[in-house]
Amino acid sequence: MSDAGIGTMDRTPMPGMGVFNKKLGMWVFLLSEVMFFTSLIGSYIILRYAHPDQFAAPGSILNVNLTAANTFLLICSSVSMVKAFAAIQEGDVKGLQKWLLATIIMGASFVGVQVYEYIELGHEGFLPALADYTAHVGGPLYGATFYAMTGFHGAHVTLGVLALIFVYIRALRGEYTVADHEGVEVIGLYWHFVDLVWIILFTIVYLI
Amino acid sequence: MQNAESGASDHHMNLLGWKVDIYIGIWVILLLLTLGEVFYAFLPLPKMMLALGLVAMAVWKAALVGLYYMHLRYEPKNLWILAISPLPLAFIMVLAVITEYGWLVG
Repeated sequence: MSDAGIGTMDRTPMPGMGVFNKKLGMWVFLLSEVMFFTSLIGSYIILRYAHPDQFAAPGSILNVNLTAANTFLLICSSVSMVKAFAAIQEGDVKGLQKWLLATIIMGASFVGVQVYEYIELGHEGFLPALADYTAHVGGPLYGATFYAMTGFHGAHVTLGVLALIFVYIRALRGEYTVADHEGVEVIGLYWHFVDLVWIILFTIVYLI
Repeated sequence: MQNAESGASDHHMNLLGWKVDIYIGIWVILLLLTLGEVFYAFLPLPKMMLALGLVAMAVWKAALVGLYYMHLRYEPKNLWILAISPLPLAFIMVLAVITEYGWLVG
């Protein structure tokens, strides 16, 4: 099959779902991610209610205000991502570049704040459960579940930022047009999903 | 894309009587809900009431992101069905793992 043939097939909406292949592929991937994060969140809830003595009250160890601000930062990055998509839909390449850059900066800042939070928590002795666990705050389950959930999410954000940088470079080269901007929509779906997961994680881990 | 494009052709919504960009309008609602969550979390209410209220606000926020930012609202019904397909599976998974609760507390 020629490259031209693959390209044509890729951009044609499929009769079943009515969406193009890349988009359908991203949706199917995101659905598997729903199961992944559900298993983490479900395990956390069950462990927390089985061992309430190992989990601290909201705000006693974790910095809720800092994370609320960070949550808002991620929400802002979702807005800039959707504005980037809206811009290229209207053929505004400069707008696409501007909003993508804003998304990258806010996404990277989110990861930076999370790393800062980890360092601060580590200094306070709140660590993941290890064989030689010696933390004096919280229980081993609290640290293990907290770092597992937020760590996996942080890894997703980091990968998202790297993917956005790739899309941004392509945007700078003028590879997205009003007629062909599937890459922007597909990375946008991933980015909004990461935001959506954090909205749930923030509530479950930091507020309840 | 074609569906998202058709839905995204009107980028405006009515927010408290003002005609605003729909993405900015949703952003304002998400900001207010996030502030509301942080405020509500520290109210002197029963634990169950706090949890239900916070989960309700989180689900509301997640739904807004899915519907408007991921453009699910404008997608064909088939994609909707696909999008919600993991929810019953996730429910079954959590329900199955909850049986561990008895073992853990025992």
